Formats: sequence, C-alpha cells, structure tokens
Amino acid sequence: MSLAAEVLGNGRALLGKAGSFTLFTLRMLRVTPRALLRPSLVIAQVFNTGALSLVIIMLSGLFVGMVLALQGYDLLQRFGSTESLGTATGLAILKELGPVVTALLFAGRAGTSLTSEIGLMAATDQLAAMEMMAVDPIRRVCAPRFIGGFISMPLLAAIFGMIGIFGAQLVGVTLMGVDSGQFWSQMRGAVALKDVTEGILKSIVFGFACSAIAVYEGYHAVPTAEGVGRATTRTVVTSSVAVLVIDYMLTAVLL
Amino acid sequence: MSQIRSTEIGTGLFALLGFAALFFLVTQITSRGFSWHDQSYHLTARFSNVGGLKVGAPVSMAGVTIGRVESIDFDSTDYKAVAHLKVEQRYKKIPDDSDVAIYTAGLLGGQYVGFTAGGSETYFKEGDQIEMTQSAIVLENLISKYLFDKAGQGPAKPAEGAAK
Repeated sequence: MSLAAEVLGNGRALLGKAGSFTLFTLRMLRVTPRALLRPSLVIAQVFNTGALSLVIIMLSGLFVGMVLALQGYDLLQRFGSTESLGTATGLAILKELGPVVTALLFAGRAGTSLTSEIGLMAATDQLAAMEMMAVDPIRRVCAPRFIGGFISMPLLAAIFGMIGIFGAQLVGVTLMGVDSGQFWSQMRGAVALKDVTEGILKSIVFGFACSAIAVYEGYHAVPTAEGVGRATTRTVVTSSVAVLVIDYMLTAVLL
Repeated sequence: MSQIRSTEIGTGLFALLGFAALFFLVTQITSRGFSWHDQSYHLTARFSNVGGLKVGAPVSMAGVTIGRVESIDFDSTDYKAVAHLKVEQRYKKIPDDSDVAIYTAGLLGGQYVGFTAGGSETYFKEGDQIEMTQSAIVLENLISKYLFDKAGQGPAKPAEGAAK
C-alpha cells in the first residue's frame, strides 16, 4: 500500500517536473526575440559556452577519430576491406559520435557552468534584486545563456566532426598505411549530403535540450551551496540521458 | 573595454571556425559539393531490371564518372525500370548509338551505369532516350542457370566413361 503511494508520489513529482520544465522553456522562448535585441549579452554567452569549450571539443574529436580508425582498421582487415575505413569512420563520426559526444561534453563543460552560475546568482539574491528593479531575470539572465548554448552546439559539433575525420585520417593513412586516395574517395562516395544534415539536425536538437536543461536547473536550484551543487549534478545526469534518448528517437526517424 | 574586445574576437574566431568546419563537411566530405550551378543534361534509359542500382549512383564512361543517376521510376505499361541520368555538360559528345549497362564496382561495391561508346556521328541531346541497354546481372539468376545446366548434363558423363 505504502509502496503504491510512493510510486504514485514519484510519478506526480516527475510529471510536475516535466510540466514546470516545459512551462519554463516556453517562457524563455517567448522572451527570446526581445533578448536578441541585446546581442552583446548573447555574444558573451556564445563565447562562454562555445569558444571556451573549443579545446576540450577539439582534443576529444581528435582522439575519438583516432581510436575509431584504429578499431575500424582492426575490424575491416579481417574482411580484407581496409579501403572502406574512410567510409566507416566518416559516417560514424558525422552521424553519431560527432553530435552525441559533443553534446555530452557540452553538458559537462558548458551546461554545468550555466547551472552553477545561475544557481549562484539565485543563492546570492541577484535574481531577486533584478526582479525588484523590474528587470525580468529570465530575459536578462536565462534567455541569453540559452540562445548562446543553442548557437554554440551545432558549431562545436561541426568542429568535432572535422577534427575527428582528420584524426581518423592521421591514424588510418599515416599510421596504418591505408591508401590516402582510397580513404578520401570512398568516404566522398559513400557520405551523402543527407548524412551531414542529419548530424547537424541532431546537434541542433541536442543544443536546445542541453541548454534548456542547464538553464532550468540553475534557475530552479535550491539557493544554498548544497542546492547549487545538486542542481549542477542533475544538469549533467538529465542532459546526458536526454541526449541519448533523443538520439535514439531521432535516428529511428531520420534513418 | 579590452575584456569585451577579447571576448568578441574569441567569439568571432569560434564562429568562423565553426562555419569553416560546416563548409568543409558539406563540400569536402560529401560527394556532391556545390551541385546547384553545374551544367548538365538529362538522358533516360529503360532497363528490364536495374538490380541494386541506387539514386545517386555514378554514371561512368571508360571508368570516368561523367554523371549521376537522378531518379529511378517504374513504367507500368511495359514493366520496365526507367533510370533518369544526369550527365555533365562538358561530356556532351557521346555518340547517340552508345549503349549503357549496369555494372557492379568490385565484389561488394555498389552498382553503377556504364556507357560504351558507339560510332555514330551525332551525339545525345537533352532528354534523349538511350535505345541500347543491358540490365543488371542478378547473381541469383546466374547461379541458378549454372546449377540447372549442371544438373541437366550431370549424370551423362560417368556413363560415357563406363561404356569405354
């Protein structure tokens, strides 16, 4: 009996959370046009979430591409078709690993900083002060961060993809001795424009989800040191799970 | 002030790099690149069987890719597959008695349309239909033909040997 009540309570809490997240996102979207009127705020957030994530994205992209080439080469040589390495790594990076790994790194690097920043603003009563001055904190603080993350994510994914393919080329061609002409021409022959747009579309959706979750968790954090810490953890967990679930659904639809 | 400037420069660099990467992925990794301003003309070819030919497959002549398969339709009046080919304008001097066939690239490769040049003095024009076509070789048909041939002549040989 008490178990049923607990399940019911958890279900209600989950529903309430989903509802409040949706409402918050809608509120943020409504003020987005007005937030865009102050581009300097958005640019600062693109710098925060995008430019400052460049190093980790590029480094990860390089190594993901390299390890993919290594694994792919080992697998393909069993079938005697190592020339297809370009196709295999190119498609894997562009369609799956690029958007997904970028989104996971983005949640860890940019999402946490958004959450803790907004959460700390709430904890130090900065948001309340803004409201006192008739400044809407969602418009002044949340929306620019959301838009900045939304813009940064596809660009980061594209950079990840480019570096990843160069990493694959580095290992496959330079180290493993796959013919460079074969590598590139097979990749070009097999990768269609649709595959690239699929990856970009995924990264746009992930950017939306990760930024919205990060900003929501920060804004709704319990305004204590512990609360901000918990909110930051929740950002990473929720974003990561959301990215993987959305990825499956998008792949099923787009494939 | 200098703080804001460095932020803006960093953002600009980041955006530039991001769009450069997008541009690289779209133009260098995919096969089509900028296909909207190239000049090409269209030909149709009717096959009784296109096998595994796909839209976007290369159209080649002497091993050089001269175009792509634009679409594949089915004509229900004569039950044939109609392949619409897009050939680049710079390869416009193809004799109009050339024949096309569907070949397979390598053992596991995709299928492509190959031209074999004819000897005519006139060339294909926009919208022409290619008269001489050869369908894709379906491996199952080939194997079953071979097996039935073998089965038909199989037992005769040992009997001949025994008679000697």
